[in-house]
Amino acid sequence: MNQGPTIFLGALLTFAAAWLGLCFAPWAQLGHLPPAESKKGDVYPNPLVGPAAEGREVYIANGCLYCHSQQVRPAGFGSDKERGWGRRTVARDYLYDRPHLLGTMRTGPDLTNIGKRRPGGGGREYHHLHLYNPRFTQPGSIMPPFAFLYETRKVVGQPSRDALKLPKGHEPPPGFEVVPTREAVALVAYLQSLDRSYKLPEAEGP
Amino acid sequence: VDNAPAPHLPRIDGRQAARRERLAAQRVAIDESTRLPVLVFFASAVSWLLAGSLLADVASIKLHAPWFLSSASWLTFGRVRPAHLNTVIFGWASMAGIGTMLWLMARLSRAELRYPRMLVAAAVLWNVGVLVGTVGILGGHSTGIEWMEFPPYVPPILTAAFAILAVWSILTFHDRREAHVYVSQWYLFAAIFWFPWLYIAANLLLIFRPVTGVTHASINWWFAHNVLGLWFTPIGLASVYYLIPKVLGRPIYSYYLSILGFWALALFYNWNGAHHLVGGPLPAWLITTSIVASIMMLIPVVTVAINHHSTMVGHFGLLRYSPTLRFIVFGAMSYTAVSVQGSLQALRHWNVATHFTHYTIAHSHLGMYAFFTMVMFGSMYYIVPRLTGWEWASARLIRAHFWCTAVGILFYFLALTYGGVLQGLRLNDPKISFVDVMNGTVPYLIARSGAGGLLTVGHVAFAILLAMNLLHLGAPRSAPMLLGDRAEYERELASAQAEGEAALAAGAEEDGR
Repeated sequence: MNQGPTIFLGALLTFAAAWLGLCFAPWAQLGHLPPAESKKGDVYPNPLVGPAAEGREVYIANGCLYCHSQQVRPAGFGSDKERGWGRRTVARDYLYDRPHLLGTMRTGPDLTNIGKRRPGGGGREYHHLHLYNPRFTQPGSIMPPFAFLYETRKVVGQPSRDALKLPKGHEPPPGFEVVPTREAVALVAYLQSLDRSYKLPEAEGP
Repeated sequence: VDNAPAPHLPRIDGRQAARRERLAAQRVAIDESTRLPVLVFFASAVSWLLAGSLLADVASIKLHAPWFLSSASWLTFGRVRPAHLNTVIFGWASMAGIGTMLWLMARLSRAELRYPRMLVAAAVLWNVGVLVGTVGILGGHSTGIEWMEFPPYVPPILTAAFAILAVWSILTFHDRREAHVYVSQWYLFAAIFWFPWLYIAANLLLIFRPVTGVTHASINWWFAHNVLGLWFTPIGLASVYYLIPKVLGRPIYSYYLSILGFWALALFYNWNGAHHLVGGPLPAWLITTSIVASIMMLIPVVTVAINHHSTMVGHFGLLRYSPTLRFIVFGAMSYTAVSVQGSLQALRHWNVATHFTHYTIAHSHLGMYAFFTMVMFGSMYYIVPRLTGWEWASARLIRAHFWCTAVGILFYFLALTYGGVLQGLRLNDPKISFVDVMNGTVPYLIARSGAGGLLTVGHVAFAILLAMNLLHLGAPRSAPMLLGDRAEYERELASAQAEGEAALAAGAEEDGR
């Protein structure tokens, strides 16, 4: 095998073949998948807007994906369903995900449907406390604290409605309050937007 | 330094002796032309190895002591971890690989590098790219795409640096005086095409004109797995293929196995990416294809293992003496281990337990560290003295380097593999709460921090050795540093060399590279 062109051609063809298989073919199959529409006219999924979209950037910047997946495996394949993480996810659940955040680790629980699991004002309060110090809400957690997304500031006039209700012994000094920064607000809005429970025909069955 | 005819070898005739002398002079000229760029790449690589080790230790400690260094955003786990990955992949492993590749290309082509200073410019550019990228990740500008977290302004810098390297490697290959293209060159030549195609295509499709949804995931893992398969693996194997025969003084066992191994790798490795998405929301055909290709990888892996083992067989005693051989053989054996493991864990029944756990981290370190990093250490032990004209200063430091890294990575692998399998089996048992599963991993994460510390100590020992060599510190030596008795080494080496000489006597052309 003393020919440069032979090696070049072989390298090119093997590379191009796999590119067609692993990059082009999935795109051709799924790249133009439309959103689902129910009889009532509601559309799923929807692109993120506002603080939730901004929160996704915070999620990426701080590397949440290195410990939290956003994919639920089919029933019978692991215990994702039994753990209450939701139905299996399918390609259509991720139509607007760019970059994808499927994740490869479960040092922490899956977040595919965290918005559904912790909704509303209670959920918001939980997430802020959990992000500020995960051990407030989950003793023994090894998740790092994200206190740098919160600000301890002097109360001027009325205390803020968003101030964190910290457990005893962890309150800020008198006259001070701990409030979420814009980034923390956005991140929690993103987490609360995560709901992939819509009934999709292709996700029926196991 | 090499190939000085030893007195115990059969007499060779005058014509052969003259040719040998000419080839030796040629090697000196070739080494001279590669000195500056290769040493700049190696020194940069080792600096990044130290930086990457520090980031790794910090990230590792955070996993069992989450309060550690937690007050600053740039030191949070989710930033330090990708900063570690990218500094060791693009800083350490790629720069060590490029240095090795440049030197091997020149030696194997028997051609001097032209304008070596341009290659130094490429090294500077590459360093700037890795530095800017690492600071970018720590500053919160990560792309969030695993294995390509460097912010979007970094890929053009690395691509420019790579363009220089590719043109130079092809020029060197074109300038070759040697008609026979050795197996190492096939791998290097392929890698030099594969990596830029891969890197540019992935950047276009994921960052600059991104596709969306699960296609993004498929392309992400096509890229990430191919960085291993089409970039690090070919360079590592090229190095093993060159250095085992070189240190032993006997040719590689089988030319035909080399061909089979090379083409089977080219054919199958490319298709492995989607095995990172087993159980995920992608078409079953895609994942099954990657699982099949992963199993097919057994062909090139076993082929290469047989070829390397049969070259070594009967001469394993030399591992007691030669630092190069010790690291290279450790790396080559790890290649077989990590590849067989990789094939099997792609299977759904295996993957269902191990996929989302620390087991995967153990596997990736078996590949990137026990295989590739150890091979790069071995290559540097061989190449650096030939460029600096200075032997390694201390056998004690070399031993410290070897034992810290060898024991360290073994301990690392065993701790995280066991902890990871346990984690996976318990995760799949819904009766065990998630918090209990997670807390069950903590002892193994602590063990991993210990192993990581040991690896770091080894890296510091090697950095000291390299600095001493570059600065010509320590006592001057007339012969390569060995880890055992020289007379015994030469006696054991003689039997290997005699086989090489017998091949020459039987009519084989002297390989002067």
